[in-house]
Amino acid sequence: MTTTKSDLDAAPAWATRKAGGGDAVFKGTAFASACVILLALAGVFVFLSLKGAQGFTQPTEVYQRGYGDSFIGYVLPLLGGTVIAAVIALIIAVPLAIGIALVITQYAPPWLASPVAYVIDLLAAVPSVIYGLWGGLFLAPKLVPVYQWFHDTLGFIPLFGKVATSGRSISTAGVVLAIMILPIITAISREVFARTPRLHREAALALGATRWETIRMTVFPYGRSGVVSAVMLGLGRALGETLAVVMVLSPGTIFTIDLFSGSNTPSIAANVALKYSERSPGTLEVLIATGLVLFVMTFVVNFAARYIVARQERKFAV
Amino acid sequence: MTSLDQPTRTSSDRVATSMVSARLPQRAPLMVAGIAVAVGALCLLLGLGLVPAVLIGALVYLVALPVWSLSIEGRRTATDRMMTGLIWATFAIALAPLISLVWQVIARGVPAINSTFLTYSGFKTSLDAPTGVYHAIIGTLIITAGAAIISVPIGIMTAVYLIEYGKKNSFARTVTFLVDVMTGIPSIVAGLFAFAMFTLLFGPGYKSAIGGSVALSLLMVPTVVRATEEMLRLVPDDLREASYALGTPKWRTITKVVLPTAIGGIITGVTLAISRVIGETAPLLLIAGATDITNTNPFSGDMTTLPVLIFGKRTSAGNEDIIWGAALVLIVIVMLLNLVARVLGKVLSPKQG
Repeated sequence: MTTTKSDLDAAPAWATRKAGGGDAVFKGTAFASACVILLALAGVFVFLSLKGAQGFTQPTEVYQRGYGDSFIGYVLPLLGGTVIAAVIALIIAVPLAIGIALVITQYAPPWLASPVAYVIDLLAAVPSVIYGLWGGLFLAPKLVPVYQWFHDTLGFIPLFGKVATSGRSISTAGVVLAIMILPIITAISREVFARTPRLHREAALALGATRWETIRMTVFPYGRSGVVSAVMLGLGRALGETLAVVMVLSPGTIFTIDLFSGSNTPSIAANVALKYSERSPGTLEVLIATGLVLFVMTFVVNFAARYIVARQERKFAV
Repeated sequence: MTSLDQPTRTSSDRVATSMVSARLPQRAPLMVAGIAVAVGALCLLLGLGLVPAVLIGALVYLVALPVWSLSIEGRRTATDRMMTGLIWATFAIALAPLISLVWQVIARGVPAINSTFLTYSGFKTSLDAPTGVYHAIIGTLIITAGAAIISVPIGIMTAVYLIEYGKKNSFARTVTFLVDVMTGIPSIVAGLFAFAMFTLLFGPGYKSAIGGSVALSLLMVPTVVRATEEMLRLVPDDLREASYALGTPKWRTITKVVLPTAIGGIITGVTLAISRVIGETAPLLLIAGATDITNTNPFSGDMTTLPVLIFGKRTSAGNEDIIWGAALVLIVIVMLLNLVARVLGKVLSPKQG
């Protein structure tokens, strides 16, 4: 992190003390704003817990309207759907994102690098509901031949067992999620790749390494932890994305590992969007409880990812 | 350098006399690309679809160039050429969905757009009255404005605290870190939070636009804080010191010197943050509800936004025009905001020199 400010506060002591208490008020307001943000974060946890607590101990029939006999039985198939969609998204997005980050930092001439970065950022600007619309109505049917090919050639693997004719499977949801998390993974990878010390690269080039060898010897080792955290941030996004999954997947009630069948359980977030309008008693509490599970899960993933980034920044700051 | 003094070996003079190893001609990638395009075009003529033809062309390039290189330049250069091709291909692959998506939205959305579409609500006053998305456009603007009114002051003041007052103290470090973590809160969780809070406070079944604004501001605040922080860091300390030297108290220095210097970047960041939340759907489904009537009161009653309208109408047949038209309006709003952000950033950035 580059900073143009010195560690010492430039303001002389009188500048914060005098002036009729104006500074005390201003500083107090600024401090209060920071506190409000912390309170909001705590509030998410508190209110979800307050409202969701009853969701853990509902009568069995409430859970049976969903996926199992108990809260665990209800939430596990959803967790399965969440994780499968996110993993598919990561498998597709990570190599692409690393490649694009390399294009921007190593391959593209300077005049081309920033338009390339801008185009990738545009992917992040497209609203998720439009991704869902496009994925469900346009992309899903187009992917059926691909799924059929996998089924025909690799059908003996249980993953490729059935192919839904509509193409509205968990794989299609994964593909759409991959497009949506591509920009965040690219952005973070790009930053760490750009930080590779110039001397390392030039040393490798001077030894006669080709460009790809230079990247393997200098850029990748230097950026490894940054890429790991980028992948985790992408994972956090993929776990929590709602619309792309709801609008693409035709949800079933049983968890399967059939990637192309149209009967997999939705993700936790998608399940909330599917069921929130059900008026039966207890459902909302259960949904909020699953939301709490999702919140804790994404919080842990994001916390770990940001921790790695912060640690790395401290390392470079010295 | 001893090796230079030694006489070159005469046994293998062809290799030894040239200091450079054999290279492909400078235009080799271009030539192979030409052949690949030709093969792709041939496939297209033979009746294959556009996608397979492009894939075959790309494959020809990715195989032919390394093989040629392998036969002349050796394994290492061949690998390098293949990786160069593959890495550029990743960008092309990422471009494909963006182009396809924008094309689909424009092609299917433009026919739906007309003056009644934009100025009538979804509520039919009589059987043959036209319907439109006016109510959803108004709803989008009100809810997003509400989110901005809540999160912009909080976000900017927090950034001011973090950069100007809380330098390096542990509270500021914690806030910075947690703000980063907050950027990853799933939008549906923000919606559930607003829903849980408002139903606890105002009783079950509560729906209103302000709840949606609260949920969206939870998603927006971290972006505003981050953008403002970045900009305040760029303000040179010389400016602050010059202001102190004139006897200006710190808070006047911040409001009269630091913030005006950074205002261009801050406005850009805020506009980008707005463009991110304006397309949010999931939280609003839960707390803001859906309606076909134009509702301008943010404190009571359901209010529909464009994304919610698209989501709600997607399953019933006969709504294709409305959903794609609404999608086009939404994407135009988002892209306009992005454009405005870039222009404002350029215009308002402090003059260098």
